[in-house]
Amino acid sequence: MNLVRLSWKNLTFKPLSALLSILLFALSIGLISLLLSLRKQADEQFDNNLAGINLVVGAKGSPLELTLNSMYHVGYATGNVPLGKIKAFFNPKHPIVEDVVPLSVGDSYKGYRIVGTIPKILDWYGTKMAEGEIWQHDFEVVIGEEVARVNGLKLGSTFKSNHGIIDEGDENNIEHDDDFTVVGILAPSSTVLDALVLTTNQTYWHSHESHDDAAGEGDDHAGHDHAGHQHTEDHAPTSLMDEDPEKEITSLLVKYRNASSFQALNFPRNINENTELLAANPAYEISEVRRQFDSGQRILSILVLAITIVSALSIFIALFSSLRERRYELALMRTMGAGRGKLFLLIILEGLMVAVIGYLLGLLLSHGILSLMAANITDDFRYSLSPWRFLPEEIWLLAAALFIGFLAAVIPAIQASRTDIAETLTGTG
Amino acid sequence: MLNSSDLSFQYPGGESFSFPDLSCQAGETRLLLGKSGSGKTTMLQLLAGLRRPAAGKVIINGQLLSDLSGTALDHFRGQHIGMIFQTAHFLQALTVAENLRIAQKLAGKPTNEERIYELLSQLDLSEKARSLPGRLSVGQQQRAAIARALINEPAVLFADEPTSALDDENTQQVVNLLQEQAERVGATLLIVTHDNRLTSLIPQQTHL
Repeated sequence: MNLVRLSWKNLTFKPLSALLSILLFALSIGLISLLLSLRKQADEQFDNNLAGINLVVGAKGSPLELTLNSMYHVGYATGNVPLGKIKAFFNPKHPIVEDVVPLSVGDSYKGYRIVGTIPKILDWYGTKMAEGEIWQHDFEVVIGEEVARVNGLKLGSTFKSNHGIIDEGDENNIEHDDDFTVVGILAPSSTVLDALVLTTNQTYWHSHESHDDAAGEGDDHAGHDHAGHQHTEDHAPTSLMDEDPEKEITSLLVKYRNASSFQALNFPRNINENTELLAANPAYEISEVRRQFDSGQRILSILVLAITIVSALSIFIALFSSLRERRYELALMRTMGAGRGKLFLLIILEGLMVAVIGYLLGLLLSHGILSLMAANITDDFRYSLSPWRFLPEEIWLLAAALFIGFLAAVIPAIQASRTDIAETLTGTG
Repeated sequence: MLNSSDLSFQYPGGESFSFPDLSCQAGETRLLLGKSGSGKTTMLQLLAGLRRPAAGKVIINGQLLSDLSGTALDHFRGQHIGMIFQTAHFLQALTVAENLRIAQKLAGKPTNEERIYELLSQLDLSEKARSLPGRLSVGQQQRAAIARALINEPAVLFADEPTSALDDENTQQVVNLLQEQAERVGATLLIVTHDNRLTSLIPQQTHL
């Protein structure tokens, strides 16, 4: 029977009075940990998905929308651009552009987006094939790790795509008639590629041949006739530059030769002012998103701070008011040989225990919420959360929790250590 | 085992008391009698080292109390002095046996389960070892308080009005228990009381 056990017994002897303190403390720790985890993982995903891309070029519209759609595969495309207008970017002797990756987007499979592109994208994102081989022909797809895992797709599996970006279970979806065949599966990369289905750009043209290509995504395509068109499954791999300049793709991801050169810095403005194209700097757009995120986080931080103060106060009040009914016990402990230091420690330990229990519950709360969020967020935002990943900051959070527990308990503890046996246990007579 | 000489005490800005000398042998039982306001509780506090006298000496088991201070005094009290109060107090969150265990621990002694259960059975509390003190009857509580005071085999056992809340029958019983147990461990038993029922039971008396 040592002091720690005695503190514990005291705490559990009247569990209701400690409950409020513990819950408030858990709430405060939980919110802090949740904010830290969300922020950390969001930052990492943004950074992983930047993949050294300097510029996104697409149809006129919102630069943020273009960035989100082309790099994070969230939201809708700003429109499409004909190959003829972006031919210059493919020129290997371009003074600014070192390399480009063309993207065609708009269709999906069970909520996972199908992206028409060239295999070079794998190098850009630092992703490798886990099994199978790279897509070469139209209607061959390589799928991300998550797509394979969630839908149980294997090499050789076939599926039909949905026109537009539709979540699974949506009654109004329109299926294209063509079968896609899985030829490869990607290794997990913690980038957006985990949740994409990759195929050739040309595939989009084939599956949309009976459509008006210029129509924006999200239009009602219900009246279109999807049946009866043919495509050549063994379409030989051709460079996009050899295709009809009237054909369209959605956007281009661009890497510069030298991102800090004067021409490179002015390049987006030149495009925006002098062409019908839109050029967006993803790093800049993302920093704008982060700024929004930050101001929201500031407001939350104030709320969290308030809850933390209230929870510390609640520990203080609970301990302080318990001293009155415990004064006999405390005096008794001194008659049994406990020094003032022990009484001080006894109360401090109780404060620390509330803090530790609150901390553990708080982490459980935040990571529990994260795992609930993880299930939904992947579909909506292409943002995969690892709910049970713990951050080094959370160790610091424990230190902060212990400090707050100590701080809340220190005044009651001093009060307890001043317990006078003579006054408390024996009347004056 | 318990000696005091020339004790006096001055309340800050109030009454002052001087007390008769005491000299008690091991195993002796003595009553400290006085009307309320006579300072008998103050004398008990001085003898147990709960207050410091203005003058005079208290020697317990050969140790001059005024030589000890702070934690050393608390520690000495835990090892050599047992105290029983008018109302039985316990650590409410602990069972009867755990209360005895922590008394051993706080006095710096090793836990001795055998001693705990032997003492509880002597006081007819074996079945209550795992009960919380709050669940015990008043008589059982007082017996448990005696067990706690005696667990460390103190040199001196102070009892402050131990019988004032009890009826005649229980008074007789508690005094017998106190004497019997103090004798067993060879402790001096000093009972502070204004209860005249005790004067016929205990011949050694000091009047204030």
